[in-house]
Amino acid sequence: MERAASPQKLIHFLSQFGPLVLLLLLCLFFSMINWREQHPRSPAAGARLAEAILADFDAEAKADAAFVVLAGHGEEDRAFAEAIEDRFRKGDAANVSTFAGKPQEIREFLDTVVEQDRSVAAVATNHRTGSLSLLSEKALRQRHEIFADVVVRQPPSYRWPIFLTIDNFRNLLNNTATIAIIAVGMTIVIITAGIDLSVGSVMALASVMTAVSINSWYGGADATTWGLYAGAATGIAVGALCGAFNGMVTTYLRVPPFIVTLAMLMIARGLAFEIATTRGFAGAGGAARSTPEAIKIGAEAFGYLSRGRPLGIPLPILIALGLYIVAHLLMTRTSFGRYVYAVGGNREAARLSGVPVFGVLIAVYALCGATAGLSGILDASLFGGRSTAGELFELQAIAAVVVGGTSIAGGEGRISGTLVGTLIIAVIETGLNQTQGVSPYQRQIIFGSLILVTVVLDQLKHRYTSGAA
Amino acid sequence: MRAPLLRMSGIQKRFPGVHALRGVDLELAAGEVLALVGENGAGKSTLIKVLGAAQQPDAGSVEIDGAPLVAATPHAAQRAGIAIIYQELNLAGAMTVTDNIFLGHGLTRWGWVRRAAERDAAAELLAGLGVAIDPAAECRTLSIAEQQVVEIAKALSLDARIVVMDEPTAALSPAEVERLFGVIGELKQRGIGVIYVSHRLSEVLEIADRVTVLRDGATVGESPIAATSREAIIEMMVGRKLEDEFPPRQVDIGEPRLVVDRLSREPDVRDVSFAVRAGEIVALTGLVGSGRTETARLLFGADPADAGQVSIDGQVVSTVRPRAAIAAGICLLTEDRKSQGLILAHGVQENFGLPNLKRFAPWGLLRPARESTALDNYVEQLQVRLASRNQRVATLSGGNQQKVVLAKWLQKNARVIIVDEPTRGIDVGAKREIYHLLNALAAEGKAILMISSELPEVLGMADRILVMHDGRITGEIDDVAAATQQEIMDLAVA
Repeated sequence: MERAASPQKLIHFLSQFGPLVLLLLLCLFFSMINWREQHPRSPAAGARLAEAILADFDAEAKADAAFVVLAGHGEEDRAFAEAIEDRFRKGDAANVSTFAGKPQEIREFLDTVVEQDRSVAAVATNHRTGSLSLLSEKALRQRHEIFADVVVRQPPSYRWPIFLTIDNFRNLLNNTATIAIIAVGMTIVIITAGIDLSVGSVMALASVMTAVSINSWYGGADATTWGLYAGAATGIAVGALCGAFNGMVTTYLRVPPFIVTLAMLMIARGLAFEIATTRGFAGAGGAARSTPEAIKIGAEAFGYLSRGRPLGIPLPILIALGLYIVAHLLMTRTSFGRYVYAVGGNREAARLSGVPVFGVLIAVYALCGATAGLSGILDASLFGGRSTAGELFELQAIAAVVVGGTSIAGGEGRISGTLVGTLIIAVIETGLNQTQGVSPYQRQIIFGSLILVTVVLDQLKHRYTSGAA
Repeated sequence: MRAPLLRMSGIQKRFPGVHALRGVDLELAAGEVLALVGENGAGKSTLIKVLGAAQQPDAGSVEIDGAPLVAATPHAAQRAGIAIIYQELNLAGAMTVTDNIFLGHGLTRWGWVRRAAERDAAAELLAGLGVAIDPAAECRTLSIAEQQVVEIAKALSLDARIVVMDEPTAALSPAEVERLFGVIGELKQRGIGVIYVSHRLSEVLEIADRVTVLRDGATVGESPIAATSREAIIEMMVGRKLEDEFPPRQVDIGEPRLVVDRLSREPDVRDVSFAVRAGEIVALTGLVGSGRTETARLLFGADPADAGQVSIDGQVVSTVRPRAAIAAGICLLTEDRKSQGLILAHGVQENFGLPNLKRFAPWGLLRPARESTALDNYVEQLQVRLASRNQRVATLSGGNQQKVVLAKWLQKNARVIIVDEPTRGIDVGAKREIYHLLNALAAEGKAILMISSELPEVLGMADRILVMHDGRITGEIDDVAAATQQEIMDLAVA
C-alpha cells in the first residue's frame, strides 16, 4: 500500500513546495548553461599565489633576488597586491617591490625596478594586469637582463557559472526589490479574491510626490533627516490613500476591483505626469510637456535608501526582506490575517460570522497601495521622482503572486509563495539576460508560457485535491 | 383506450445519502391541468427535473403518447415537446421579448435571421395568449407575470405539448394570478397538458382538473379535483406518523429573552412580532418562501430591516449587521451551511475561531493554543468526528459540519440561537444528536428559534409553534402536544 501512496505523497510535496523546487531547478539550469573563465583577484587568492611562488625558491634566492608585485588601479587590486607583498615578506623574501596603478604607471615603475639592478625572480600579478603585453615574460626579458630568469605568475583561473556569483545574486535581488515589495500587497489583495491593477501607477505617483514633497516642503537640498523621513512617509501615505480609495469604491459602491483599480491605474499615472510637469522645476525642459524628466531630489542623503549597503547588503533587499517577514507574520499570526483569508474564502460566510468585511477589504487595498508607495520612494531615491516609474509592474506583480501558488479565486495563498514566485521571475529574467542569443521578445514568450503553465498546474492541483477529499 | 399524453411510472432517483424519488407514478391527459402537490422535500422539484431531463432517473419510464421517451439532455426533452417554466425564470434580461422567444431556434433563411418574421410570429403568439406585451420590449422591463407569459410563449413557439409550471404564482399579485389562469385556460383549449406545481391549495382547487400528491418521494394519492377537498389533500400530504425520534426533555421556561416587535422588510417579512423565552424552543414554520428564513436574516442583521425592533433580555439591541447582532448575543445557523455557515476550503479550527478572535487573538495576535484547547473541548462535548483540527470542513459529513458551526457559536456564548433547517441534509442518527444538543442548550437557558419545514420535527421539538404565510405570522400554536400536522398545514397554506 505504501507504494500506492507514494505518488500521492509526491503530489502533496509538489503542491506544497512546487514553486521552490522550480526555483532551484531554474538556478541550476542557468548555472549549467552559462560559464565564464573566472580570474581570482581577492586578497586570499593573492596570498595563495605568493605561497605558490615562494615554494619554488630556496632561501638563498629569496634573500638575493627581487620579487615584484604588480596590479591594476582600484581598491580591489590594491588590496590584492598588498596581500601578496605581505605574504612575500612573511616568507622571508628580502626584496619586494609592489606597485598598483594604470598601465602607463606600471611601465614607469618597471624602469625604477631596472634601476635597482637586482635580478628579478618572479612577477606576481593578476589576470588583468598580467595580460598587458609589456608584462609577458618575453617582453620583460627583452626589456632588461635583470629579467632573464623571470617567471610571471597569476592566480590560476578556472571556469565558473556566471550565475553562481555573489555579485550576480546581489544584483538580481536588488533589481527585483521594488517588484517584490509590490507583490506583497498584491498577494494580500488576491487572497481576498480581488485584484489591484493600479500599483505601478500608484508607485509612480508616490515617487513623484516623494521628490516634490522633499524639494518643496521639507527643505530641499537642506532637508534634515526628519525631512527625508517625512518625504518617505508622504510617498507611502499617497500610496495608502490611493489604495484606500480603491477599497472604498469596491466595497461601498460595489464596483468590481478590476474596474476600480483600472481607473486608478489611469488616474494615478495621469496625476504623476501632471505633477511632474508642473512641479518638476528641476527639469529644464519643463516647457515641453511630453515626457517629464525625473525630478532630482535636492537632498543627496536620500540616495542612501537605494544605494546604502549596511552589512554589505543593499538596503532595498533588506527592506523587502523585512516586509516579507512582517507580512508573513501578519497573515499567519494575527486576526487580521484570518479575516483576510475568510473574506477571500467565502465572503458571505465571513460576514455572517461577524467579520467586518468592508473594513478588511479597505485595509487590504490600502496596504497594497502602501507597498506601491514604498516601492515608489525607493525608485525616487535611485532615479529621482519619476512619473514613468513602475510601468507594467502590476502585471509582473500579479505574475509573481500567481507563480508563487496563490489562487486567483481567493481564500488561499502564502506570502512565502510570493517570495519564491518573485525570485523565479527574477532568476528567469537574469538568466535569460546572461544567455547569448535570447532576444527580449523571446523572453516575453517564455514568461507568458511560464505563467500559463503554473496556473494550469494550480488548477490541476485543485481538481486533484478536491477530488481526493 | 388511447394512451395518455404523458405517463411517468416507477420513477426512482437517488442522490448521495438521499433517496429522493422512490417510485413516482403520474399521468397527464391532453388539455388537462394536473396539480402536483406535496410538502417541502417531497420530491416535486426532482420529479420536474427528471421530466425535463435535467436529471436522469435511476429507474422508471417516461412515455409520451405511449411511446417511451429517451431524452438525455434538457434540449432533447424540449424537442420532445416538454417545456418547463422554473420559478427562477430563464430569460435574458437585456434581450427583447422576440429574441427571447426565438432564442436557440430563430427563424432564419440562409443563415440570416428574419427579424420581421420573428417579430410578427412573437406578436401573434402573445396575442393568442390574450396578453398585451410589446415584442420589442426588453425583458428586464417586464413584470414577473409578463416574463412568465413570455416563457409560455416561448414554449408554444417550440410546439410544446406539456407545460410544467413550478410555483408560478409565488411572486404574483392576485390580479396577475387571474390573468395567468386565463393563459392556462388558453393552453387547455389548445390541447396542451399542464402540470401545475404549487403550495397554494386554494389555487390548486380553482385551476386544476386533477391532483397528484407526493410524499417522501412517492405518489401517495391522486384524485379528480371535484372528488376531493382541501382537508383531504392536506391529509395525504402530511399523512405520516410522528416517529419516536425526539428525545424528551425537562422544560424550564423563564423570562422573555428575545422579543421581536413589528419587524418588516417588504415584501418578504411584514410586521412580524413574537417573543422567545429563556429555555424555550420556538418553532417558526411555514412553506418555502413564506418569510421564515428572511425573518431570521433580519434578526441576525444579514439583511437590513425596513422597520421594527429587537430586544434581548429587555434591552433593545442593534441588528444592523451581523457583527452587531453577534455582539448582542444572537447567532444564526444558516439554512445553507455550505455557502453561508462555513468556509469550506478552510480548516475546522479556522472556521471555529472566526467569530471568536477577540478571545483567541488578544490585541489581534493569534494564540493558536487557546483556540485549539477551546476547540478540543467542543469536539468532545459535541462528539464531532474529526481527523485533525486542520481538516478542511468540506471533507466533513453534514452532521459534523453542523456541529462545527454550532461549536463556533457556543464558544461565542450566544444567548439567542436561531437555527434554520438544522437537520437538512443530515442523516437520521446525527439528527437525533442535533436534537439532543438543542434540548441541552434550551435547558441552559438559551432562547432557541428553530426554523423548520419538517412538521414532525416542529411538533417533536417545539414548545410553541409560529406559522408564517406570505411574510406574516398567521398562527400560533401554544399547545403543541395537542397540535396536528393538519393544523399547521392549514395555517401555512392559508
